[in-house]
Amino acid sequence: MNAAWLLLALPLFSFVVIALFTRRMGTLSSLISTLTSIILAVVAVLLFVDRIPAPDAAIKWIDFGMLTISIKLLVDPLSKLMLLVVTGVGCLIHIYSLGYMKEDASKGRYFACLSLFMFSMIGIVLAENFLMMFIFWELVGVSSFLLIGHWFERPAAADASKKAFITNKIGDFGFLVGILLAWTYFDTLSFPGMQQTLPNSIGESGTFIAMCLLLFCGTIGKSAMFPLHVWLPDAMEGPTPVSALIHAATMVAAGVYMLCRIWFLLEISPTSLSIIAWIGGGTALMAALIATQQNDIKRILAYSTLSQLGYMVMSVGLSAPGPAMYHLTTHAFFKALLFLGAGSVIYALHHEQNIWKMGGLFGKMKITAITFLIGTLALIGCPGLSGFFSKDEIILAASHHSGHLHALYYIALGTAFLTAFYMVRLFTVAFINPAASRKHDSHGDDIHESPAVMTMPLILLAIPSILVWVAGIPAYLKLGHAPEHHGNMVMILSTLMFAGGSLVGYFLYIGKKADPISIPLFQHKFYFDEFYGVLIKYVQQNVAMVFHFFDRFVLDGLFVTGSGLATNFMGRVLSWFQTGNVQTYVVWLALGILAIFWFMIQ
Amino acid sequence: MLFCALMVVINRNPVASALCLVVSLIMLAGLFTTLNALFIAVVQVLVYAGAVMVLFLFIVMLLDIKTEIRRRLNFLAVAACFVAVIGIFYKMYQGIASIPVSRGPVPHATVDVKLLGTELFRNYLLPFEITSLILLVALIGVVHLCKKEETL
Amino acid sequence: MSVIGLHHYLIVSALLFCIGLGGVMIRRNVLIIYMCLEIMLNAGSLALVAFSHFNGAINGQILVFFVITVAAAEVALGLAIIVAYYRLKQSTHVDDMTSMKF
Repeated sequence: MNAAWLLLALPLFSFVVIALFTRRMGTLSSLISTLTSIILAVVAVLLFVDRIPAPDAAIKWIDFGMLTISIKLLVDPLSKLMLLVVTGVGCLIHIYSLGYMKEDASKGRYFACLSLFMFSMIGIVLAENFLMMFIFWELVGVSSFLLIGHWFERPAAADASKKAFITNKIGDFGFLVGILLAWTYFDTLSFPGMQQTLPNSIGESGTFIAMCLLLFCGTIGKSAMFPLHVWLPDAMEGPTPVSALIHAATMVAAGVYMLCRIWFLLEISPTSLSIIAWIGGGTALMAALIATQQNDIKRILAYSTLSQLGYMVMSVGLSAPGPAMYHLTTHAFFKALLFLGAGSVIYALHHEQNIWKMGGLFGKMKITAITFLIGTLALIGCPGLSGFFSKDEIILAASHHSGHLHALYYIALGTAFLTAFYMVRLFTVAFINPAASRKHDSHGDDIHESPAVMTMPLILLAIPSILVWVAGIPAYLKLGHAPEHHGNMVMILSTLMFAGGSLVGYFLYIGKKADPISIPLFQHKFYFDEFYGVLIKYVQQNVAMVFHFFDRFVLDGLFVTGSGLATNFMGRVLSWFQTGNVQTYVVWLALGILAIFWFMIQ
Repeated sequence: MLFCALMVVINRNPVASALCLVVSLIMLAGLFTTLNALFIAVVQVLVYAGAVMVLFLFIVMLLDIKTEIRRRLNFLAVAACFVAVIGIFYKMYQGIASIPVSRGPVPHATVDVKLLGTELFRNYLLPFEITSLILLVALIGVVHLCKKEETL
Repeated sequence: MSVIGLHHYLIVSALLFCIGLGGVMIRRNVLIIYMCLEIMLNAGSLALVAFSHFNGAINGQILVFFVITVAAAEVALGLAIIVAYYRLKQSTHVDDMTSMKF
């Protein structure tokens, strides 16, 4: 048996063991899960450096002539890279959770769900065919639901987890229909199979565009693109390590990963690519605008995740899947870093999340502050750090297009400016500004740095944030066509955006006690939640009314009361026959005999 | 005989009706004789015309039935009866007409008691015994039905 | 008319049967109805004997034997019931005997 199967078997095994046996024993569960994640990371590294050969074995699952589905692992550069990201970040988050969740009462459940998540995410990465990917796709949704709602006694958390799952489900439905459409084009659902049998004659027909867009629906749901973006900010109700792992680094990136997987289908249809690019770009801009006015540290980071995901999706739409994966990789590292840093701050301040209540943290929490600064700089594209290079590639790809897609170039630049602005706003207010008066300075003790088990992952994450650009990822991936490098203009412009945004943010917010700018539209997230609420209520009321009338008049009236009335009527008709008089009966008897004779004797 | 049977149906007076029935039964016995069923003919006169009709007359006179009062007749019922009777007769006629005429001469062996008795006690013993049981049951039933409440 | 054959006897039997049937349906007095019932039974006996004679089998006559016996028993019982009912209703009109209805 190939060691690569361990990647799937181990987290599943860990989940089952914790869920069934050690759920009450929190510490033991946490150790099992963390150990598993470390082993997974090691296996992923070994796979990456080709010490473990790619597995060939397949377990034939469904075979009915028209369709053969096997459970097989697909190991190619794309999945190996993604595996590194997923297991690496996952391992560090496990270690971090050991500290963050130390006093939590249901630690066992948390780590069981974390193992389930690792299993499903690795399943998506290694899926060899559409159906397998879809199954793990749904499983990831379930894990997200479980983890967001970890503190389910809080109504906000329960609602957020439901919202996440339902919104995801809407996207998954489109994804499923897209898979079925894809099946009509090919005989098989496996990715290598589809790639091999891709006929040259497939043109860009209406059905094909529909299929691409429906498959993209899965990404809209999973990676929180407009219009299904509403679940991601609410998902911050979950514990911070969960936000870091799922909603920053891995699960939301699964949508982008899937797009890169089906790139060979998407590149046939420029129309769907433009739609994808516009949705991505639009999401990026919208999220950045909203983030400039948020006051909860996790919300700001969530919207920044939305914005960066928009970048990645836009990049795929601009026929540059390589840079998209590149940005995904770098983003995973520094976003996880930022979230874990935020978690460290929240932990130290006893679960205070409003940035206007923080301040002066730079002096008190050196390691957290410095790593957070590194993460921020990487995110906003400071030259020399990894985020700069990956974002640069995307903006470069945008500049190569003409026509309406060229507008995306300006949108990308504008979003970069905004990104710098709100991230520097966050850092200034939370770390540099003097400490706000805090009501619960409980225990009388001073704010101090988090324990080592939490700061070590921060440091470990800061390193790739700085250096991963060295690895030359797009060349490694060999996806799509590498654009020729006319990059100087773009580099200058993006550096300008970075500098400009940071300076504006810094000077606008230094020393302030409250937000000087107030834009209600951004503060209320463009009123999307309210709009959806009204829409759903309207739809639901009307559908309910239809069903109510159907139920009352057709089912109750016609069938129930009607059948009663009919029976009554029949009964009354038949009782007319029953006179009690023998002679009457004899008459009927004779007539009956006559009838029989009539038909028997011709 | 048919005329007598018709009189049974039509007659208003129950006694006259019963007497007509007796006559028609005796004539039926005559018919049996022409069919060489002598024993049956005799049994018919003895049992049917003799005992059963006597019983009938007994009850008629016991219950002191007057001439039947004519109550309002339901026209629909009468029409239905008419239709039924005519129809059934017509159908029976059709059925009878469809029986093929027998080809050769029919054996005209006169059936006497000995023949009948041998057949009865040889092949039809079980029905014979059961018939006796039926008579017993009838006896018991009648006794039970007609007793008064005081005596036990 | 030629030799009196089977058909003739059967027609007579059928006629008798129909007369009896008509009587059962038309008459209002219970006893008369019962008598008409007897007519129908006798019609059946006639048919049986006719068949027995023209087919040379004795089974018809045996059956007639049983029919007469059972009819006698039945008459006894039926009359007893009618008497009992008369004691209850003081009438032999059949329209008064409708207590077994819904």
